[in-house]
Amino acid sequence: MTNQDREALPITIRGVTKAYGRTKALDAVDLDIKEGEFLTLLGPSGSGKTTLLMVLAGFTRPDCGSVLFGDKEVIHMPPHLRDVGMVFQSYALFPHMTVAGNIGYPLRVRGISKDEIQKRCEWALETVQLGGYGERRVEQLSGGQKQRVALARSIVFEPQILLMDEPLSALDKKLRDHMQIELRRLHEKLGMTTVYVTHDQREALTMSDRIAVVNHGKLMQVDTPARIYDQPANRFVADFIGDSAFLPVTRSGNTASYAGTVLKIDHALPDGDLLLMIRPERLKIQSGTISEDSNSFDGIVSDVVYQGDSFALYATLPDGQSVSLRGVIRSSTLSALPKVGAPIKLYLEREDTVLISAAEV
Amino acid sequence: MTANSMSDTSSTCHSLNATVLKRNAWWEQFAQFGLCSPALLLVLIILVLPVGWLFSVSFVGANGGFSLENYSRMVESKSYYRIFITTFQVSLLSTGLCILIGYPFSYFLSQLPSRLASLCLITVLLPFWTSLLVRTYAWLVLLQRKGLVNDWAIQLGLWEEPIKLVHNMTGTLIGMVHIMLPFLVLPLYNSMKAIDRSYLNAASNLGASPVRIFWTVFFPLSTPGLFAGALIVFVLCLGFFVTPAVLGGGKVIMVSMKIASNIELFVNWGAASALGVILLLLTMIILWFAGRFLGFDRMAGSGVG
Repeated sequence: MTNQDREALPITIRGVTKAYGRTKALDAVDLDIKEGEFLTLLGPSGSGKTTLLMVLAGFTRPDCGSVLFGDKEVIHMPPHLRDVGMVFQSYALFPHMTVAGNIGYPLRVRGISKDEIQKRCEWALETVQLGGYGERRVEQLSGGQKQRVALARSIVFEPQILLMDEPLSALDKKLRDHMQIELRRLHEKLGMTTVYVTHDQREALTMSDRIAVVNHGKLMQVDTPARIYDQPANRFVADFIGDSAFLPVTRSGNTASYAGTVLKIDHALPDGDLLLMIRPERLKIQSGTISEDSNSFDGIVSDVVYQGDSFALYATLPDGQSVSLRGVIRSSTLSALPKVGAPIKLYLEREDTVLISAAEV
Repeated sequence: MTANSMSDTSSTCHSLNATVLKRNAWWEQFAQFGLCSPALLLVLIILVLPVGWLFSVSFVGANGGFSLENYSRMVESKSYYRIFITTFQVSLLSTGLCILIGYPFSYFLSQLPSRLASLCLITVLLPFWTSLLVRTYAWLVLLQRKGLVNDWAIQLGLWEEPIKLVHNMTGTLIGMVHIMLPFLVLPLYNSMKAIDRSYLNAASNLGASPVRIFWTVFFPLSTPGLFAGALIVFVLCLGFFVTPAVLGGGKVIMVSMKIASNIELFVNWGAASALGVILLLLTMIILWFAGRFLGFDRMAGSGVG
């Protein structure tokens, strides 16, 4: 009894706009979510990502726009007729019902027979690895267990679309990492179209097929995790995802140069003003000669921080710009870490040299 | 401190300072208990002693010695039986009417924006600022034969002849419900206010219609407040005196009025005390049953939240 007999539905969002007073929580959002896809809405708080999810669930009425589940317009539909599963940030498990009571709720309101309800509850509990927990009271559960029950309740009626609103934010880090993998596995098993909201970039990178980065009610970039990380569309995306330093770059025709040296790059130049994006783990320390196919920088070490499995090194370039570098620590390199104040030569491989548009949006 | 001496202290930890620490713990408990002794003393003086005295007086007969005559009179006399029935009848009806009026009202308040809700709450509390007696006599004026209510109703054609709205059960109930309503609305409003909206959203998302959400989620979650409020109203009604005395016009005789007449007319403290004791016991039995079948923690309002 899995979801395979029901087709997953694509979601089509067109021109969805929602203003609260003068601020636009959603500004003419267009988004296509493929059937069976795991799409994450990622953005800082107040970016509009939750509002968009609430529009999909039917709890927020947009000012205008269209939302299609498959080819059915749902924008005017009340939440209880939309037939989408949702995991709430607070879990929202009914405190006056047992675990089985909670999970059976969507089935009871659909008038399904008692035997069938019991069978499906057991299936849902097995699916989230909580077999035998049906008679527990909600308050007896740990945070992680509540999370699973909330998940079981949202999938037990086999919706074709599953919405999740920062479902892991209340869990501690270890459990969160574990649940990320488990949610991902569950998605692969059930195959429902999933829209996931988070402000945690690592979570988004770990779980998603595609990420939609949201800011100020607009979609900044919609792409795979790897492309979001390696080829951010603009400075906001580059800044929000991962650590990076940005160096100003001068553009002349089809080439770009930093501090008078032409940069060797692999990709076409974006339009407008440019910035060189340097991810700390891509920057390397030069010892001896390096290949012709890289860009090197001279600097002075300003700080070295020991972080257990790695070290962070901060260097100041001649023009005063600061860059950081992250390296793996082995026992052999520990004593050989550069000293503060020492000159240092750094380099970026050609394929790691990424120029992005300087525009914020 | 060397590593060696550290391991020494840890090995003797089971006895090191144990006596002093134990004594400190004991002192701390004693001191904390001591802080509440003034309150305990107060409870002893104004609650335990008078109730104990009430108990003892109820066993004193007309001749001044120990006797059960105050209680045997209650069993023998039909009028006492009727008084108790009336008392519980009035209390139950008032509580029921309070729930019928108060529940929708609290629900309405809980759905308002909190600013507007506070304003409406003030209108509920406003009557508290006037004397109970004034409010009761005001009802007398409104409800009497040639009162405002009868006049208007006749002019509007609702009924032909002035109907008897006061000096009977109807008048008593109107007055009592009016006075008791805030005691129900306040706890009920608080418990409704505390219901997280996400429960209602979740129910809606899971496919429940608004009516279904109300009965399966909202109402069950509001019951702690409802029980707490109903309990307060019921217990207050049982011992209520002024309103039934004025608006009942001698036709609705409750235990409190019988107690008053026992003392004022017959100066029979024993009989009055016995009535008080029986009322107290009956109330406790009812509460015990209610607690058993409804769950006492829910009645106290500390249940689900």
